[in-house]
This record gives sequence, structure tokens and C-alpha cells, in this order.
Amino acid sequence: MALSQSEVLAGLAEIVNDETGIAADAVQLDKSFTDDLDIDSISMMTIVVNAEDKFGVKIPDEEVKNLVTVGDAVNFITNAQ
Amino acid sequence: MTQKIVVTGVGATTPLGGDARSTWKALLAGESGISTIDAEWVTKYELPVTFAGQAKVNAAEVLTPQEIKRLDPSSQFALIAAREAWADAGSPDVVPERLAVEYATGIGGVWTLLDAYDALKEKGPRRVLPMTIPMLMPNGPAAAIGMDIAARGGVRTAVSACASSTEAVANAIARLRSGEIDVVVAGGCEAGIHPLPLAAFAAMHALSKRNDDPAGASRPYDVNRDGFVMGEGAGALVLETEEHAKKRGAKIYAELVGGSVTSDAHHITAPDPEGTGAARAVTAALKQANAKPEDVVHINAHATSTPVGDIAEYTALLRVFGDHLSNIAVSATKSSTGHLLGGAGAIEAIFTVLALHERTAPPTINLENQDPAIPLDVVTSPRALPDGPILAISTSFGFGGHNAVIAFRSYQG
Repeated sequence: MALSQSEVLAGLAEIVNDETGIAADAVQLDKSFTDDLDIDSISMMTIVVNAEDKFGVKIPDEEVKNLVTVGDAVNFITNAQ
Repeated sequence: MTQKIVVTGVGATTPLGGDARSTWKALLAGESGISTIDAEWVTKYELPVTFAGQAKVNAAEVLTPQEIKRLDPSSQFALIAAREAWADAGSPDVVPERLAVEYATGIGGVWTLLDAYDALKEKGPRRVLPMTIPMLMPNGPAAAIGMDIAARGGVRTAVSACASSTEAVANAIARLRSGEIDVVVAGGCEAGIHPLPLAAFAAMHALSKRNDDPAGASRPYDVNRDGFVMGEGAGALVLETEEHAKKRGAKIYAELVGGSVTSDAHHITAPDPEGTGAARAVTAALKQANAKPEDVVHINAHATSTPVGDIAEYTALLRVFGDHLSNIAVSATKSSTGHLLGGAGAIEAIFTVLALHERTAPPTINLENQDPAIPLDVVTSPRALPDGPILAISTSFGFGGHNAVIAFRSYQG
């Protein structure tokens, strides 16, 4: 069964926290990965791969640049499920 | 006048202890840091050697989860040792452009490399972590330290097998004497207790196979020595111009008075039996120190416990010191720590510095029956060193024919 948007957000926040140490509750839909959360491209790729594993989706490399905010990623994952 | 270089901080994480102090204390107490490896891969691969000098401290308990995730174990050890040394030096206030790092490893990020290869084979290229390259590169430990202390005066890595970290300390001398740099963090690390390096060193018959007696396996100069024991960990020293150290009122452990690197061009792994290259390194280090061989009271020897290596080093020392050699208190501390490869010279530099500072040569354990072909005055229980200005050297030699020697003098203020 597909996860809800809030469940995807919670799962993604856990991945971000695990990779970067950023508090899970700071990972909110309107936050930019680079500007707000200060996540570099290497961490971003690790987060993407871990998200693929966790949610059973495929996030193509060319799509990653479109995932500017946490909300972008949550929407992509929710729709891709 | 040549600028004096002093040691103002030390840090270590070793098979004997999680910091320099506990390591030194365990060393003086004659403890062994060698034990059986408790990992499934030892039996899985039927490794011929089942023991090593494993780091006492679990890095995950000292560093943040993100540091653990982004650093190879070798860099984790390096960061632990460097932070301790930096704090021990009083966290010097130094212009970043005048702060440098000279840090070594023998092998580099072997765990990262081989874990990544496993991931590639089992799960495909997308599961190879993007951090793989910066984690496996041999300059990773130096870079991690440089980032941590904001060193912008140059971050360099010496790679010369088991001579690596002595070479790194020697390399710091020119930097500090150039007038461009005030402080250098120098040393080296290794985290190679992985089945592949163990199997490879065993394949070349370099390792002791005393599986039923790990604590007794590293026995430099003993007639029954049968190879070295792999160790892991790191050491770091804060080296500083005397002027800079005095200006900030730093405590000073000892003076770094010489460092030299030579090469044998003899054989890729075997030491030159004549010891001429190693002897040249000792002589050059003493010359830099404006010292005579007779001034040396203590040697922290490379002494890995291999049948040929220990004799080759003795031959080299005899070439330099002649009759005076019998007056020198020689410590072979790998008997307690095992051989930290690229980290060995760093922790032995610290032992040499502390020996001068506390006027105590540390013991060599497991010497039950000294090889008559190596009639050195081996220190077997902590021994007081003389008063007054005294000089000590630490030697390191590496596969590839690398010889590195550093010389320290007690600090007189």
C-alpha cells in the first residue's frame, strides 16, 4: 500500500537525519535541501539512493536536480509509488 | 639563527589505549595490546593469522554518527588523535595560512575501497556511495584533520609504507623552518585490520603466526620472533616554532632537532643487509641536530619482530654508533602495540618525546631469549634516562626501501 505524504516526509526526514545529523523535525516540506538544510551534492545523492531503497521507487539522476525542496522530493516519491 | 621546533601537543589512539596518556601508562606497565580478532571473517576465510593489535577505543563512541559515516576508519583514528593533540597543545590560536598538516598513512582507506567493491558486486554501481573516493584516498586523513583545525598552509600526505609517519614528522621540519608556517600537526594512521591486508601480509610470510599466544607474538630481538603483528590506530603531534610556542606560553615536551629520509634502491621489501641507507638517515638526522652519535641516549627502534628486519636495523645502528651502541637504551615498543604501519612512526615519535620529557625509556616486552646476533641494550622494564640535555631518535623503515629517522632533544627552556 502506498504511503501517505506525511509518512513519506517522516521517512525522508529519518534518512536526512541519518546522513547529515540534521534534526528530523527540521526537515519540512518548504525547506530547500541546499539553501535551508545546507546539504551538499554528495549527501544528496546518498539520500536519494537511500530513499530509493526505503520507498521502493526509482529516482533518475536527471530528476534529482528538480528536487529543490523537501516537498519536491516527497511529492515525487509519493507519486512514484 | 635557525628557528627551533618544539613539540607542544600529543595525541594517540592505539591498541594500548584511547589516548596518548593511557597508551603511555599501559606501555610503561608492560601491557600487550595484541589479542585475537573477534570477527566472523577470520574463520570464514580461514585466515592463517587470527590476531592483531586492535584499537582500544570504539571510534563510534568518540565521533559523531556523521563523522563515522563520512570517514574511513583510518581517518576516524586520525581525527581522534589529532583532536587530542590539538587540545593538549591548548588549541593554539594560529593564523590559518600559517598552519599546516603533514599526515601519513601506509595503505589508505582499505575498508572503504573493499566495502565499495562488495557493494558494486552485490548491488550494482548505484549502491557505491558517492563518498567512496574521498574516503578511500590516502590523503583523506590529512584532509580531515586540515578541515577540522582550518589549516590553510598546506595539507600533505607522506606515503612510504611503514616509514610513512616518521617521514611526515620529518617533512614538517622544513615547513616550520621556512618561516612560512608556525604550527604543523604531524603524524600518521592506519586501519588495515581487514581480511585482505592480513591475508596479503601473511602470504609474504611477514606476520607472526603465533595464534595461540597473541600477547607473546610481537617479540622484537627474541630468538623465537617469527614476524610482525598488525596494529591499528593513529598518532599526532603538534609541532611549533619555539618562538610561536613561547609567545603563547605553551607547555613544551621536547625539541624536534632533526629528521631525514633516505632510500635503499636495493629490494622492494627486503632491507639492505648492509644497512647503509638506514645508517645515512640516522647520520643525517644527527647532523641536523648538530649532534654526535655519542650524544644519543635512547632509541625507539623500528624493531618489528621480523627475523631479518631486526638484524638489518641492528647492523645499520652499529654502522653509525659503533661501540657507543651498547650505551644506548633501546626500546622496541611494537612488542606492546603491534605494528601500526603508517601510524607506527607517529606513536613511536610520541613515545620518544614522552621518554625524554619524563626521562623514562619504555620497556620492550616478550624478550625472553635475546638473539645473540643483536647484542643491544634492550630496555625490558622502565628505565630512567640521564639528567641534563639528552638526545633520542626514532627509526622507521618501510617496504620500498624507505628509511626515515627523526631526532628529539630534551627541552631546556
